[in-house]
Amino acid sequence: MLGTLSWDAIPLDQPLPLYAMGVVVLAIVAVLVLAAVKGWVPYLWNEWITSVDHKRIGAMYVLLGLVMLLRGFSDAIMMRSQQAIAIGNAQGYLPPDHYDQIFSAHGTIMIFFVAMPLVVGMMNFVVPLQLGVRDVAFPVLNSVSFWLTASGALLINASLVIGNFARTGWMNYPPLSELAFSPDAGVDYYLWSLQISGVGTLLAGINMVTTILKLRAPGMTYFRMPVFCWTALASNMLIIAAFPILTATFLMLLLDRYLGMHFFTNDAGGNQMMYANLFWVWGHPEVYILVLPAFGIYSEVVATFSRKGLFGYRSMVLATLAICVLSFMVWLHHFFTMGAGADVNTFFGIMSMIIAVPTGVKIFNWLFTMFHGRVVFEPPMLWSVGFMVTFVIGGMTGVLLAVPPVDFVVHNTVFLVAHFHNVIIGGVVFGMMAGYNYWFPKAFGFTLHAGWGKAAFWCWFIGFYLAFFPLYLLGLMGMPRRLQHIPDPSWAPLLWVAELGAIVILLGIVCQVVQLYVSIRTRAARRDLTGDPWNGRTLEWSTASPPPAYNFAVMPVVETVDAFWEMKQTGRHAARPDYAPIEVPRNTPTGVIIAFFAVMIGFCGIWHIWWLAILGLVAIVAAAAVFGWSEHRESEISAADIARIEDARPRVAT
Amino acid sequence: MQEKPGASTRALCRRCFAAAKGAWPAGVPRGLAVCAAVIVASCRPAGVMDPQGPVAAAEWLLMINATEIMLVVIVPVILLTLWVAWWYRASNERAGRDLDWRYQGSVEFVTWSIPALVVILLGGVTWIGSHQLDPATPLPGDRKPVRVDVVSLDWKWLFIYPDQGIATVNELVIPAATPVSFRLTSATVMNSFFVPQLGSQIYTMGGMTTRLNLMADKPGEYPGFSSNFSGDGFADMRFTVKSVASGDFDGWVAQARGAGKGLDDPAYGELTKPSSAVPPATYRSVAPNLFDRIVEQTARIPEKARAGNAWCPPAARAGG
Repeated sequence: MLGTLSWDAIPLDQPLPLYAMGVVVLAIVAVLVLAAVKGWVPYLWNEWITSVDHKRIGAMYVLLGLVMLLRGFSDAIMMRSQQAIAIGNAQGYLPPDHYDQIFSAHGTIMIFFVAMPLVVGMMNFVVPLQLGVRDVAFPVLNSVSFWLTASGALLINASLVIGNFARTGWMNYPPLSELAFSPDAGVDYYLWSLQISGVGTLLAGINMVTTILKLRAPGMTYFRMPVFCWTALASNMLIIAAFPILTATFLMLLLDRYLGMHFFTNDAGGNQMMYANLFWVWGHPEVYILVLPAFGIYSEVVATFSRKGLFGYRSMVLATLAICVLSFMVWLHHFFTMGAGADVNTFFGIMSMIIAVPTGVKIFNWLFTMFHGRVVFEPPMLWSVGFMVTFVIGGMTGVLLAVPPVDFVVHNTVFLVAHFHNVIIGGVVFGMMAGYNYWFPKAFGFTLHAGWGKAAFWCWFIGFYLAFFPLYLLGLMGMPRRLQHIPDPSWAPLLWVAELGAIVILLGIVCQVVQLYVSIRTRAARRDLTGDPWNGRTLEWSTASPPPAYNFAVMPVVETVDAFWEMKQTGRHAARPDYAPIEVPRNTPTGVIIAFFAVMIGFCGIWHIWWLAILGLVAIVAAAAVFGWSEHRESEISAADIARIEDARPRVAT
Repeated sequence: MQEKPGASTRALCRRCFAAAKGAWPAGVPRGLAVCAAVIVASCRPAGVMDPQGPVAAAEWLLMINATEIMLVVIVPVILLTLWVAWWYRASNERAGRDLDWRYQGSVEFVTWSIPALVVILLGGVTWIGSHQLDPATPLPGDRKPVRVDVVSLDWKWLFIYPDQGIATVNELVIPAATPVSFRLTSATVMNSFFVPQLGSQIYTMGGMTTRLNLMADKPGEYPGFSSNFSGDGFADMRFTVKSVASGDFDGWVAQARGAGKGLDDPAYGELTKPSSAVPPATYRSVAPNLFDRIVEQTARIPEKARAGNAWCPPAARAGG
């Protein structure tokens, strides 16, 4: 009846997981009770949970990413603390069984449920506004995508409470992840939650590519699109090309584990190298799926806060597309040490280095955008300059790792860990923080507190260097990654500096929480009435903050890059147009219903409760069918209503 | 929003913020200086930075050269970024402004050329280095290499000396200034064989053989370990490389042959049971063809798998 699920799955005998689980469950219950008591449930259900508005969905993606950042960061600081005390003969406070779950969960959550939701959320919120359109191509599919991602996040966190998580590292390499070596449910949690969220990500990618290719404001040719839209296009094309590979790879591993097949096993003709290849054929483009939109954000932010158009727009587009194509030709550099011949290693090494060319061009172009500009150091700009300084260092160590003989001596050490945190924190996270500070007023109608934002930046920036530069050295001194305890006591001082760095980053996160709290409490004074708090250049700033459901009362007509800047220069946007009625999609619970049953399928798959999993599948098909046959999917906002909304908005004279 | 609590929260936040601001300039530079001192003081030659063999020395040199080539560009770019951002700040009245300057062909040419030139240079270095330092290529020299077959187990290392007919666990004894030619496999999950002071690491994988050639210049002891995570006992999956003078090596072999037990099939079976932090041991003899059979045995466990095994013999899949 309940498959392999039993009371043994609840870790009643282990105090630490039990404590963590208690805190999480209490927090969720507290939020639910608060929502119920305050009567927020109908509002949340009608305005957010069932919303198909790309702006709401984008905001929910970002919220999911930020909440999961807290989870992933707790894992990080637990690991750093373990390595700071478990030195010599000391074993620290985390036994291997627990420590191994923590670093596996840290990597998995940070990539799939922090970086991805933040990046997808930014694109979801911003791209239609920048393109001057009213929604994405498939609004309901958008809601399904988000809720599937949230399902994956829920499922992966359920492993805290029921059963345990994988102890295989975030790459989940076989044969360690095969049934013979990981017989518990941990790897199944990994596989099912990533399969479900992976489908969501693929659907989001299809949606976004269709939106960019087919829906743009009149006059917005490809070469008038803001650079963020270009990077979003490249990123989502990579999603469409790469995520099916990941899904197929995980499906093969699932078949190995559930049906005794031998795709990646040690025996019977299985080949573990195939998993490494397939995983990284997805995994390397994934790096660019994350970092290209971050590059797009920097391009918008640096131009806006230098009061100057982006330098070398066409070069930037070309560089973006070059990275997009090259990212599929470098995957082998993740395992130069697997014994491929010198020719193969050299090819992939040089291809990896070539990516540094378009990336270097981007750095130079941001530099020349600031050159002769009028640079204003609001928090988004601080994150961007911090990124430029930090990322070139990460790029340099990346090129070092691309030289196969160098990789032979630093691969799998904490040098590698330092490198990819250097580019992912310094590249992706800094970019998302810049975007969060930059577009927050657009999303919610009031600005974030600049002082707390700057304090957060400085803590993150200094904390990053303290936490990861010691790791570069430790890697060179011969410290492998994923050590539950430290054999060499002479590494201790550097590990303590790294621990201090993690604490400084924690202060940065605290500053961000305070920033949000202070900004909400003082929102009346921070109201953005103009819709254009930063003197922006692109179309999202031409509409109100927060934008009305239909985004634009009349479709903007685009004549140049930086369309809104040009409108402000020529005064073209000031005239009051005639309004026409607008059709907007109606909200639907289809997405959240499908996600509910997806969680059910995943959970039942993990615990082999097949009858319920099949019921869940039937329910998903039924929910999709009911939506497919429904008739009233749109509602109309009348011209009079639009006029009322628009006239209520103060107009700014330019 | 009620007036009073909101106001007090605001005041509290303002106080916190002012306090944080006050602490900032005083404490922070001092703390950072201490951290920098710790980092500098800890930076002693060890591991990769202290090469003890020709492979490690060449790889470390390559790393230094590649870093220097890149620093020629990276350092000016970082300084330029900070300077441009600071000089063109809105409040600087002396800075020249040209808010329409957004394209210049010559500048674009330079921005593409600089990274391209660096990559062309590094590409050449990579081509030569990768071919010279290919792990599978035997090291040059007139001394006959010592052959060692390496097997990763849960969670220890087995070293078989096929020419000497002896084996060790968690201790690799090699003659100094003599090339060592490794064949490597895994009797369990994937691991990576790594001795930072001797150079290149390589994966060990079940059902497959990888190859590696290393050499130690002088007698000495060098730490080695698995660098690819392999399960709960991973942190203790360490071994010592003892490089000894050639004469001493022959003496050690003779001694190993005369003491301890033999590594026959039951003893190997016992060894494959998971254990960690295993003290070093030697075996006076080794069952015939043990390494080859480990490579094949790992592909032979379930009865139903044999058919699959027949069409894909493990030897054919060896070594990537």
